[in-house]
Amino acid sequence: MNSLYVHIPFCIKKCLYCDFNSNSDLNLQDAYVEALIKEIRSLDYDEFNTIFVGGGTPTILNLKNMEKLLKELMKFNSKEFTFEANPGTITGDKIKLLKEFGVNRISMGLQAWQDRLLKKLGRVHDLNDFLFSYDLIRKEQFNNVNIDLMFAIPEQSVEDWIETVDNVLKIKPEHISCYSLIIEEGTPFYKMEMEGELKVVDESDERQMYYYSVSKLNSNGLNQYEISNFSMNGYECKHNITYWKNKEYIGVGSGAHSYENGFRYFNIRKTDGYIKAMANGSAVEERIKITKNDEISEYMFLGLRMIEGINKKDFEERFNLKVEDIFQKEIIKLERQNLIINDKSSIKLTPKGIDLSNQVFLHFLME
Amino acid sequence: MASSRQKRIRNFCIIAHIDHGKSTLADRLIEKTGTLTQREMEAQVLDTMELEKERGITIKAQAVRLIHTDENGQEYILNLIDTPGHVDFNYEVSRSLAACEGAILVVDATQGIQAQTLANCYLALDHDLEIVPVINKIDLPSARPDEVKQEIEDIIGLDASDAPLISAKVGLGIEEVLKTIVEKIPCPSGDEEDPLRALIFDSYYDSYKGVVCYVRVMEGSIKPGTKIRLMATEKEYEVAEVGIFTPSLLNTQELKAGDVGYVTASIKNVRDARVGDTITEAERPAKEPLEGYRPAIPMVYCGIYPADGAKYTELREALEKLQLNDAALVFEPETSIALGFGFRCGFLGLLHMEIIQERLEREYNLDLVTTAPSVIYKITKTNGEVIDLTNPTNMPEPSEIDYMEEPIVKASIICPTEFVGAVMDLCQEKRGTFKNMEYLETTRVMLHYVMPLNEIVYDFFDTLKSRTKGYASLDYELAGYMQSELVKLDILLNGDIVDALSQIVPKERAYQKGRAIAEKLKDIIPRQMFEIPIQAAIGSKIIARETIRALRKDVLAKCYGGDITRKKKLLEKQKEGKKRMKQIGTVEVPQEAFMSVLKVD
Repeated sequence: MNSLYVHIPFCIKKCLYCDFNSNSDLNLQDAYVEALIKEIRSLDYDEFNTIFVGGGTPTILNLKNMEKLLKELMKFNSKEFTFEANPGTITGDKIKLLKEFGVNRISMGLQAWQDRLLKKLGRVHDLNDFLFSYDLIRKEQFNNVNIDLMFAIPEQSVEDWIETVDNVLKIKPEHISCYSLIIEEGTPFYKMEMEGELKVVDESDERQMYYYSVSKLNSNGLNQYEISNFSMNGYECKHNITYWKNKEYIGVGSGAHSYENGFRYFNIRKTDGYIKAMANGSAVEERIKITKNDEISEYMFLGLRMIEGINKKDFEERFNLKVEDIFQKEIIKLERQNLIINDKSSIKLTPKGIDLSNQVFLHFLME
Repeated sequence: MASSRQKRIRNFCIIAHIDHGKSTLADRLIEKTGTLTQREMEAQVLDTMELEKERGITIKAQAVRLIHTDENGQEYILNLIDTPGHVDFNYEVSRSLAACEGAILVVDATQGIQAQTLANCYLALDHDLEIVPVINKIDLPSARPDEVKQEIEDIIGLDASDAPLISAKVGLGIEEVLKTIVEKIPCPSGDEEDPLRALIFDSYYDSYKGVVCYVRVMEGSIKPGTKIRLMATEKEYEVAEVGIFTPSLLNTQELKAGDVGYVTASIKNVRDARVGDTITEAERPAKEPLEGYRPAIPMVYCGIYPADGAKYTELREALEKLQLNDAALVFEPETSIALGFGFRCGFLGLLHMEIIQERLEREYNLDLVTTAPSVIYKITKTNGEVIDLTNPTNMPEPSEIDYMEEPIVKASIICPTEFVGAVMDLCQEKRGTFKNMEYLETTRVMLHYVMPLNEIVYDFFDTLKSRTKGYASLDYELAGYMQSELVKLDILLNGDIVDALSQIVPKERAYQKGRAIAEKLKDIIPRQMFEIPIQAAIGSKIIARETIRALRKDVLAKCYGGDITRKKKLLEKQKEGKKRMKQIGTVEVPQEAFMSVLKVD
């Protein structure tokens, strides 16, 4: 199997914009890790090409639980083994442990260089916490580190963003993810926006920020390989590429999603519900059959997120159909609108197509 | 002289302002006389259409025969005719009234007399009906029956001193109502031996029987085998079946002068047996038809288009089916540059229009795009030709127009004195001309206005209600045409006129309307990949302009932990929204945009 995702739902405190599956019930961690290990042991696979431990905040687990979990995961002999490590929860002991059990890639959430923006986002750390943690990680000889950044943060100026990108480049991470803040329903930010308390970044500043990151990072050896992801050559995140190439994967833990044997399915989202369900053997909440049309749609809208686009030969081998057989009309229209480039071997987004990627993807959804 | 048979018949209807309890009283009368068992009863039993029950209104007339036994053991046949309660169906109401000798006037013990109470009352008086007032909802703590009785005497001039005090909801005083009907309402007369004259007061199409005519026999008699002639349409048929309403159809041998019942004669279309027409014998025809027949005339027109152009044939078939049952609905094919192939449809009024739209959508599962309704304008051209304009797009060049006229109504509004200012302001905004004001009592007045029909067809009633905290009531009747300064207001999207958005507006409001519509469309039409200018124009003159900025960014948030399903759902939702839009040139326009142009002030 290609990839394994492991979800750790705990956080010290939920950030104001976050709609991921996380909570602060840290007293559940022993029971949770036990349930998680039970689920991992129930898997029918001996090997995973990549493992990604994400959250929440995986480094919030105590040493004992981290070690128990890492022991289980080490058996899978992954080539890429990522652990999310958030500033404010990292200690020297934890970093050593990660190294010892074969973790070879660290993903850190910084989001912004300015403490005032970190505060605005409700992050639990400041810039110094981040720099301290980053230093610890580098001292342990981790040579594949990602830094998550966020733009279009309320009250963020274009200058703030330039400062963030420029300074992050100086500390030379191998990989950077830049996401535009989206205010999701159900988050405190959403409520604040509804009440008019959030000074949102306007669209033209938002695009300016994005264009800045693309040109600055590309010219500094961090090549854009996906709408929001940049890396040095050879340091692309293989785990995420599994998703974008629409390949199968397994997810374990509360709310984790899997794609296996033509089905997408996911676990119960609540931590306590997941623990209880695992005690009875399985936490799968729902299974959805992916039809061939679903698969083609997903292949297109995921694959087009990659800068190299979708490979026509790969498409043909997978579906026994030429991509033009299905989407001839759409391709011509999108090409005419200058949203995609259609060449002999691939279809990819233009810069304008990246800005309006949803508008492109809509054309590839099949009934 | 009434025969002894006729002396035991009473034909009556119930009239009331909306929500004063007309249908509930009908239910109680049916229940009390044992016409339906408790088990068969359901609320608003005479409102058979799903829509009627949902909205609490009566659209089609219904009839039911009740058998009442008085304290002496004497049996009476009481024919109750339930009439529609909306001004759109005034003509239908008048035909139902013409079938009766009396009417029960239901007045809410709290609200007292309202605009429709009066309007219906006058309508009943026009038909020489004996009006029997009944005070309803006396169980409510706010009831003020004595004052309401006084109102009835002062305003309508009816003796209400012994009006039954009832609560139809809890079943109080129903026996007394029955007694009053027998005592006060005259029995029918009319010679059973005279040539047949039977009034059609409603009809519907049944796929087995053909058209079922609801009739009141005035003179003569009718039975299966009778050769009949419809005096207005001059069509002849042979009666297949006659019968009475229980309220379901019950076959009988004969209907005679004074009876209310139904007639079927393999009539294929409701248009051939129109409401108000007179049935007579073909071989021994009456000299004159009954008075008051007029064909149904549509008052309001709008364009109805299938959202999916491929459904044009389905829409036509659905309209044809509805028309089988609705002689007032007219439609003819029309083509819009913006919306493609559709139909220009004529209706009695806005409620009628809404009902047809809703039935098309619900019963025929059609997704529709509807253009703003328009009244019929009369245009006198410089060459002397007069045309009726039902679609703004067809307005001639201004240079060819001598003058234009628009339909007007006489509106009466009853409201508490504290809202007089608000009501007057509203009527003024709607180009109303004040006529006079009467005090109904010290705290309530009735205002009379003449207003353009165009101004009240859309949201006048809702606005009136909201500005008077729900206290005002409205009634109106058509009052001919009035010359007006009118212009055609066009809307351009991306430089092209969208014909389906054109409308006729008063000249002095054109600028204001143009600006408001452009602003409204800017909010309704989503941003697209290019900039879209919206312009309002009169002729070649642009009077307002807005711009929808180009969409610069449409990117999904981070896809986390492989939750592809959620991303796909978001995209599918977005695509669904797009599908519901009409492509006009290169611009995608939401369906509600076409109606929205009417909702601006």
